[in-house]
Amino acid sequence: MRFIIEKRNEKSKKMQVLIPIYSLLISFVLGAIVLLLSNANPIQTYAAIFKGAFGSNTKIQYTLVKMIPLLMCGLAVGIAFRLRFWNIGAEGQYVMGVIGITWVMQFWTWLPNVLVLPIGLIMAIIFGGLWGGIPGALKAQWKVDETLTTLMMNYIAIGIAEYLYISAWKAPKNNMGTVKYPDFAWIQRFWGKVHYGIFIALILVVILYFVLYKTRWGFELNMIGKNSEAARCQGVSIKKNIILAMLLSGAIAGLAGGIDASAVTHSLTKGVNSGYGFTGIIVAWMSGLNPFVSIVIALFLAALETGSDALQITMHLPSAMGEVLQGLILIPLLAGSIFIDHRIKPARVKGDK
Amino acid sequence: MKKLSILLTCALCTLAPIFAGGSTETAEMSEDAPMKVGVIYVSAPGDFGYSYMHDQGTIAAEEYFGDKIEVIRMENIAENEESERAMESLIDEGCKIIFANSYNYQQYMQNVAKEHPDVYFEHCSGYLDNENMSNYFGRMYQMRYLSGIIAGQMSESGNLGYVGAFNTPEVVRGINAFTLGARSVNPDATVTVVWTNTWFDPSKEKQAAESLLDGGCDVIAQHQDTTEPAKAAIDRGAYAIGYNANFMELTGSNHVLVSPMWNWGSYMIPEIQKAMDGTWTSQSYWGGLDDDMILLSPVSDLVPSDTVDAVMALEQQMRDDTFDVFWGELKDNTGTVRQAAGEKMSDGDMLTMDWFVEGVIGSAK
Repeated sequence: MRFIIEKRNEKSKKMQVLIPIYSLLISFVLGAIVLLLSNANPIQTYAAIFKGAFGSNTKIQYTLVKMIPLLMCGLAVGIAFRLRFWNIGAEGQYVMGVIGITWVMQFWTWLPNVLVLPIGLIMAIIFGGLWGGIPGALKAQWKVDETLTTLMMNYIAIGIAEYLYISAWKAPKNNMGTVKYPDFAWIQRFWGKVHYGIFIALILVVILYFVLYKTRWGFELNMIGKNSEAARCQGVSIKKNIILAMLLSGAIAGLAGGIDASAVTHSLTKGVNSGYGFTGIIVAWMSGLNPFVSIVIALFLAALETGSDALQITMHLPSAMGEVLQGLILIPLLAGSIFIDHRIKPARVKGDK
Repeated sequence: MKKLSILLTCALCTLAPIFAGGSTETAEMSEDAPMKVGVIYVSAPGDFGYSYMHDQGTIAAEEYFGDKIEVIRMENIAENEESERAMESLIDEGCKIIFANSYNYQQYMQNVAKEHPDVYFEHCSGYLDNENMSNYFGRMYQMRYLSGIIAGQMSESGNLGYVGAFNTPEVVRGINAFTLGARSVNPDATVTVVWTNTWFDPSKEKQAAESLLDGGCDVIAQHQDTTEPAKAAIDRGAYAIGYNANFMELTGSNHVLVSPMWNWGSYMIPEIQKAMDGTWTSQSYWGGLDDDMILLSPVSDLVPSDTVDAVMALEQQMRDDTFDVFWGELKDNTGTVRQAAGEKMSDGDMLTMDWFVEGVIGSAK
């Protein structure tokens, strides 16, 4: 029997739910094979990762702290993805956010102490938003391919950040990195390592859910994503919405950077491009662009990252294995997403009518 | 589709025990249980460079102590808050002493050290400390100087290249020492510096070396964690000066003239012993030739024997404290006199060095 792949008339709701679950399971199986090949017991290894991520209060705290930027970057790119605008520049927008807040922390010393953090976060939002807005405007005005511009702008942002922490803004004593932010402007922790930024992220989830699912604008974004021609006929301005969505997307990624910098690193330094922006793409994809589901996915990916420490400690596996296991999650997911728009059915053979 | 569902459900069942949380074994601590030692590397020991040599030190300690210690290694740990998490994980596992080998771990280690007063912390290459945290490093600049002499002697063009990671005092000091060494035998020699802004990136390191070779350099020295810059030089028929490990052995080429090397075991073993005995105290340690923390690899057979003899004689003088690299008049590469004749540079000035000596082409800023 032969099979053909046929385009579905409408996206399959069922598949949107099932595919992330199935691909996760397939990736576990693939991971197990890789682990067996490296002479490690897969069940023990996955158990070790789980314990490494949730095995003690400290570990849960680290996982939650890691979840915050992943969740926010996932939300950020998710907005752009709604319009089928492929923003893969959250990494750069995140970095620009850190640059923005660092600028305030370092040089706006005339501000009253209580205003430093809020204004710093606003600057992170502005920097990130503008960095996202540029490719948005380029696309809206001149149809410049956004995949290229957002990707390239990541490297520009990272380059600027490197220049700043290695040279221009470097703390005296010839270290890398800027001086620490003043401690009155840090986002405080309330449970071990977990800081108040987590509430900002969660509130953002609720707001975005409301905006995207309950407002006219959210409806317009969806319409553009589904069928931009139809949207145009309905009088929806595609140009305006692309730019607005990208400003918002960049702003959220920038805020993620601002929050992480003021709560965790307290400076602009090496490691600012920690890959949250890229992992955010996975969060958005796996969650089907749903803000609430993003929480679960971000937590899962954060756990995988913190839990991977255990691979080295208890399983004595090389650190690269953690990255392999993370990478294996993506492959079935991307391959599987074809079933959302397509179905496989037996090919009709001649005379079969 | 149905078949697939069944298949996946089966897979889920086999994997279910994962989510049950695994077994909760409680490690029983007894009197003669091995002491747990944690080590954190910035790259993988497979780099055959910096972390590789640290791991050689760790292996030496394992051989020395046998089953009295248990080492837990964590490699490829980023120099951000991830390192803090790694240290916390090692403490969770019961490590009594933790070594971390890269500069930017220091702030995180100090934070963790303050929270865990009963654990000993050892930070390599920084300057921060605490009651329970030491920093340690070696006077690698002495070996850099000696390798500079060999490079200066063997270069035909007098045009030397140096692939540097970051403009930290450690790297700047090494470049200065290398340049002074080269110019002690070839007063017209210059050293061109290219920064890669990474300790470990095989392709960037290689590219940097190639750009220097394209610019006419015929000896490539490096302050990087892999053998790539040296390999790039060998491939072009130029000479290389290794770093960290014996690059002649690793690359199998006698175009590697010599390699300044680390011997970390000489520090780690006594520190672990002190932690065991309960006599450990915090210190800022800058080891040199006397305690075997630094050494020169065997010299390539391409180097004339009188040069080797001269180098060995100078090494002896440094051991005897009758000569050192940053003694006497020093000019920076803009021509300003930085140190008057007859003066000896203090450790403090060496540890914060942020300018290049005359003969270096590049900026330390």
